Amino acid sequence: MLLSPFLSPQPMHIPDGFLSPLVSILLWVFSVLAIAYSLKRVNEDLGERQVPLMGVLAAAIFAGQMLNFTVAGGTSGHLMGAAIATILLGPWAAILVMTTVVGVQALIFQDGGLLALGANIFNMGVIGVATSYFVNRTIRRIAGERRWGVFLGGFLAAWVSIVLAALAVALQLSLSRTSPANIAIPAMAGIHALIGFGEGLITIGALALIYAARPDLLLSSKQRAVGGNALWVSGLAIALALAIASPLASSQPDGLEWVAEQQGFLDTARGPFYEIIPDYIFPGISNQAIATILAGVLGTLMVFGVSFAVAYSRRKRRLNEVRQSR
Amino acid sequence: MHVHFLDPYRPGHSSIHQLDARVKFILTLAFILTTALTPIGAWPIYILLLAWAIIVEILSELGVGFVLRRAVLALPFVLAALPVIFTVPGAALLSLSIGPWALTITLPGAERFISIALKSWISVQMAIVLAATTSFPDLLTAMRAIKVPRLLVAVFGLMWRYLFVLVDEALRLMRARLSRSGESDREDLKSGGALIWRAKVAGGMAGSLFLRALERSDRIYMTMLARGYDGEVRAAPLPPLSRRDWLTLWLCLGLLFAILVGAALF
Repeated sequence: MLLSPFLSPQPMHIPDGFLSPLVSILLWVFSVLAIAYSLKRVNEDLGERQVPLMGVLAAAIFAGQMLNFTVAGGTSGHLMGAAIATILLGPWAAILVMTTVVGVQALIFQDGGLLALGANIFNMGVIGVATSYFVNRTIRRIAGERRWGVFLGGFLAAWVSIVLAALAVALQLSLSRTSPANIAIPAMAGIHALIGFGEGLITIGALALIYAARPDLLLSSKQRAVGGNALWVSGLAIALALAIASPLASSQPDGLEWVAEQQGFLDTARGPFYEIIPDYIFPGISNQAIATILAGVLGTLMVFGVSFAVAYSRRKRRLNEVRQSR
Repeated sequence: MHVHFLDPYRPGHSSIHQLDARVKFILTLAFILTTALTPIGAWPIYILLLAWAIIVEILSELGVGFVLRRAVLALPFVLAALPVIFTVPGAALLSLSIGPWALTITLPGAERFISIALKSWISVQMAIVLAATTSFPDLLTAMRAIKVPRLLVAVFGLMWRYLFVLVDEALRLMRARLSRSGESDREDLKSGGALIWRAKVAGGMAGSLFLRALERSDRIYMTMLARGYDGEVRAAPLPPLSRRDWLTLWLCLGLLFAILVGAALF
């Protein structure tokens, strides 16, 4: 029962009343900045074709979220669509398309609040698209123009975008003191690790069909020029920030507040403030939090290391095969 | 405009329907902001806001029951806030023991949870009234009035125009899948393939939906060019607000501000 809000078809749309005014307004500011910059870039990149393309694709993403497949026990896999939009349209148009989708969902269908719309656009539009772009771009760069890069990139982009957007939701809720971080973050992360798997599978299926019918849409070099390195770096930064902040915050019910306190505390660690923190809390928790972060960072590095190694070995083998065939 | 089962707009002639969309839009946002700014546990303020929402619902002639039913459907997210009743420290209200765990509901925790649920419920009612009494083209006008970039408004408008076409397309895809799928009572016949296979089918459907959308957007672009589109989004200037609209706007904003002052004093 506790998990049902997280399992509902669109578990990421925060309604009004759940975010503190400060958090809502701050995220509105971030979203408006991202939208303004995307509008500028889309104007340069797509020209006059942009309005019909983005409008119809936004409608398609909205309709595509209805397509589901049963998983087990009445639950089903759905599409959020940030990853596929990023892959098909490039990141800037994808941010606008996701903004439109989330905006219509809030305005017309009350799926997510109006004051919370800034946060929802930020989570699903900005975070979803930036991290999708970062992951997909990285894999595609490694794979070159080969087929597996399209699918692996699509799957991982979809999974990462879902999980990180969910983590952002949990962090925002705990920052607003609506849901305790030590419950919200593991719950959102755990459930969305599964939901993201469904998103990844649907994305692969969609990419497979598009690859068969219109490979030019996926293999064109157009996409590369559009995003640029700055976005790649911001995708990486968002991913890292969420990956580090989440375990830190989830070690305490007060979440980020505790982290902030901890940061302030670390500066004055040798001051008299030390005595205020009871002995039995500080060493254990601090070690635990640092251990969690270290594990997270190590895990990320290992995953990246392994994927790089696999990718490079494949590339080498391919090169050898090419050489031998000559 | 094509009438579709999804469209929540309910045409009518009530005073709320007749209020200018820009005024409704701004007042809805102001109302939701006021609700968000109201502190936890300010019960009299919540009652005032709820009374306001119900008055608007009655004036809108939508039926209070209609709005309240829809508002309940939008609420399952409330459960995300449920853990706070146990985690906010304070005086114990009730202790539950489930097996090895002892859960203690605290008074401030319960207060916080009920406040969040109430605020969310009141806010969503106002959003429902806005969507049910304002047609989408009027909402687009309102977006233009609060300086949403014209290009983005145009994308919103185009999305709305083709939303129902593409939803129909998605429904056709789902009907096609359903008509090709079978189920049997015999135990040795399993219905459907493995999970991966099912996901692949759904993905293929999404892929063909996107391809059709891309092709459709090409055709739309051609028709737009044929009608003289040059990349510039033009719109007629916004009509001036009537005196009655101005009066309603300032009166309600003043009232909301008074409520906010009351909430701050509370």
